[in-house]
Amino acid sequence: MGPIAQTVTRLYGTRGWVGIGAAALLLFVLVPVLNLVVPEGHPLHVSTFLVTLSGKIMCYAIVALAMDLIWGFAGILSLGHGLFFALGGYAMGMYLMRQIGRQGQYQSELPDFMVFLDWKELPWHWWMSDQFWWAMLLIVAVPGLLAFGFGYLAFRSRIKGVYFSIITQALTFAAMLLFFRNETGFGGNNGFTDFKRILGFDVTAPQTRVVLFAVTGATLLGALLLGRWLIASKFGRVLAAIRDAETRIMFCGYNTLHYKLFIWTLSAILCGIAGALYVPQVGIINPSEMSPANSIEIAIWVAVGGRGTLVGAIAGAGIVNAAKSVFTVVFPEYWLYFLGLLFILVTLFLPNGVVGLLKMRKRGGAA
Amino acid sequence: MAAAALDPALVAKLAFGDNDEKVAAIRAFVTQGEAEAAPLLAALANGQLQTAGERVLIVRDDGAIDALSGEKVTPLPETRDDVIANNRVRGEIANAVAALRLLAPQRALRVQAVKELETGANAAMLPLVKRALEKETDAQIRSALEMIAATIQVKSGDKAARLEAIRALAVADSPGTRSLLGSLLLKQKDGSFAEPDEEVRRVAEQSLKSVQGRLAWGERAGLLFAGVSLGSILLLAALGLAITYGLMGVINMAHGELIMIGAYATYVVQNLFRAYAPGAFDAYLLAAIPAAFIASGLVGMALERSVIRYLYGRPLETLLATWGISLMLIQAVRTLFGAQNVQVENPSWMSGGIELMANVVLPWNRIMIVGFAALVVVAVGLLLTRTRLGLFVRGVTQNRAMASCVGVPTARVDTWAFGLGSGVAGLAGCALSQVGNVGPDLGQAYIVDSFMVVVFGGVGQLAGTVVAALGLGFINKLLESWSGAVIAKIAVLVFIVLFIQKRPQGLFALKGRAVEA
Repeated sequence: MGPIAQTVTRLYGTRGWVGIGAAALLLFVLVPVLNLVVPEGHPLHVSTFLVTLSGKIMCYAIVALAMDLIWGFAGILSLGHGLFFALGGYAMGMYLMRQIGRQGQYQSELPDFMVFLDWKELPWHWWMSDQFWWAMLLIVAVPGLLAFGFGYLAFRSRIKGVYFSIITQALTFAAMLLFFRNETGFGGNNGFTDFKRILGFDVTAPQTRVVLFAVTGATLLGALLLGRWLIASKFGRVLAAIRDAETRIMFCGYNTLHYKLFIWTLSAILCGIAGALYVPQVGIINPSEMSPANSIEIAIWVAVGGRGTLVGAIAGAGIVNAAKSVFTVVFPEYWLYFLGLLFILVTLFLPNGVVGLLKMRKRGGAA
Repeated sequence: MAAAALDPALVAKLAFGDNDEKVAAIRAFVTQGEAEAAPLLAALANGQLQTAGERVLIVRDDGAIDALSGEKVTPLPETRDDVIANNRVRGEIANAVAALRLLAPQRALRVQAVKELETGANAAMLPLVKRALEKETDAQIRSALEMIAATIQVKSGDKAARLEAIRALAVADSPGTRSLLGSLLLKQKDGSFAEPDEEVRRVAEQSLKSVQGRLAWGERAGLLFAGVSLGSILLLAALGLAITYGLMGVINMAHGELIMIGAYATYVVQNLFRAYAPGAFDAYLLAAIPAAFIASGLVGMALERSVIRYLYGRPLETLLATWGISLMLIQAVRTLFGAQNVQVENPSWMSGGIELMANVVLPWNRIMIVGFAALVVVAVGLLLTRTRLGLFVRGVTQNRAMASCVGVPTARVDTWAFGLGSGVAGLAGCALSQVGNVGPDLGQAYIVDSFMVVVFGGVGQLAGTVVAALGLGFINKLLESWSGAVIAKIAVLVFIVLFIQKRPQGLFALKGRAVEA
């Protein structure tokens, strides 16, 4: 077998690859056709609303995947991943704001909120914000650099466990306060909204929505394979060892700082990309995305699906967010009860999540 | 009646003159110190003054009287015109009424009048102020009157009077005096000074310096108190966490909601007192303190028994499960009490404050909370060091297995200790209800701060928590005075994050070898 074929078989077995192929077929062929080609009113038509909702949930799934990489495999629970998600979103949002051009309320070159604040020119950090490639760069670089700097300081002084979680929570809380200020130059409370175009295409058009949906799906599949590749390599083994017995692996001569820092930064970058995909689909980004509550919710997605399984994280994000979409429409006042109960029951009775439950069922059936 | 003593010419000017004449008439009344003019001026301000031909009438709902003679006018003349007062005239009237009140027999009225005139005095009032000074016996009002007289005389044409006034103002401590003296030293557009005389300017500069010095001390004292006040609130919020997290190692994300439950318990007790014992309403807080403690303590013990006990040794899972609990508690309170904030009133003995200087007022409710926080810290400290329960808690914290071996019921101690920490959170809620809004989201605002205090102070240390809370409160207020509230808060958070990198064990570390948790 050649090295590529070896890698392929190492990542997933036949059934796994069939599953991924089926997902790709669904994402890139079936949904676009059912949405764009099949006419409205036909029983097989997939509405644009559903496409956007699925796209949004897939963004969450990427975040859950990123969370699983650090929590499930390296034992680092971050309560600040909402920050990286929002930073990626804001980087994309700046570009989308500039794409509005003169079609805003005030018909000015500047974004509306700046006209409202009586600013005469773009602040320094909006430099080049009308260039798409620059936005792409920022989406990766800002969360990545912040995570790298923060992670370097934290991991170097061997902050771990709950301490680390609480500090990440403080970090996202501080950032939220900062972004709430009008002076920060990101639209304050209201954030960015009323987007018109992306790369010249109408953001609300069904075709654009389907393309964004497919790009999100491709990113999700790519992130899954990347994660799986990392985990199946020697790197992944070391990570798991760090999770289970960090002191021992240090005595074995591994510098755990490098491993943790790499996976932490990668995770933050994935979150940033997810945020960037999220903003054009949902059409708004504001500082409440950085609230500590949002970041903790990410952890429950992973816990529901099953930690340390990657697929479980995706499933968890899907289950919880689909439930949220239903609950908040049908009986909104019970959603928090349900979410709270989910947190408690999953931690008490489902330590391995839904995926763990299925595995147990299968093993039980075989025996 | 005495209304007959009013000068008819002035009354006519007030009723028939234009705005300038009205103002002149009002000032003349004040100069003459006609206390009897007050009802007439009030009638003008309230739009009750009317004219019928030559006569000036005060028309109220129950009939009209002649402004000059005070006699009842029946029947009312058919054609009457309203006397209109514009805003300038109204402002003039407000000052005039205050000035006339300087001679009132009731002390409270005079104090109020003096307060109003500190900002609104004009030259027409000088004779009246002087007359009031002669009669005044109360030392506090006297000194305030002297200030007012000086403020008026600073603008007088006589150089000696100005000098004297400026020297008198040197002992003042109000921000108004500072800007008044400052305005004398300003250069006007044409390059000349507002105060033409060189010598007067020099004296004014000296006076200004002494006023500024005193004001600066006042500001410093106010800042110090604000820092201590915020620190004591942080301390109350974090103290319960110092027990549950610091001693027991349980990450309780529902801690903020336990604070909220304490605040709502206070609200319920307040409503019970209002409904069943309105006479003893002022005492409701004394009943609310144990109620808040017990309510939060019971909820805490129930949580420990039902959820947290199964998660000991799994801190990250505890964190998630208690977060779930906090979501459910928030929603439960929303269902029970509504999503809006509820009203918790201060008892009357907690309203008002001590006026330390003109620019520093220490509100009673803040002072009480500082004292309350000190009491709670001492009580918790004694409980942990002097009682059997405290001994058990410390024993279980230090070596669970050994404590269990010598017969300590560790499971029960856990429940009681968690109940104690939760009860202290309830006390914090009771205190917070007196200074802030009470709503379902109350706890969320404090959870990050509370954890920061405990982590900053050092886990497992009550003393560390006290120092950290007061320190953070003070740093926060100090930064706030430079950069505004939000930036200060961000700076403090970033500071703690960086601090933890340098000293992960916090300000005060437990001595001994660090054991990995």
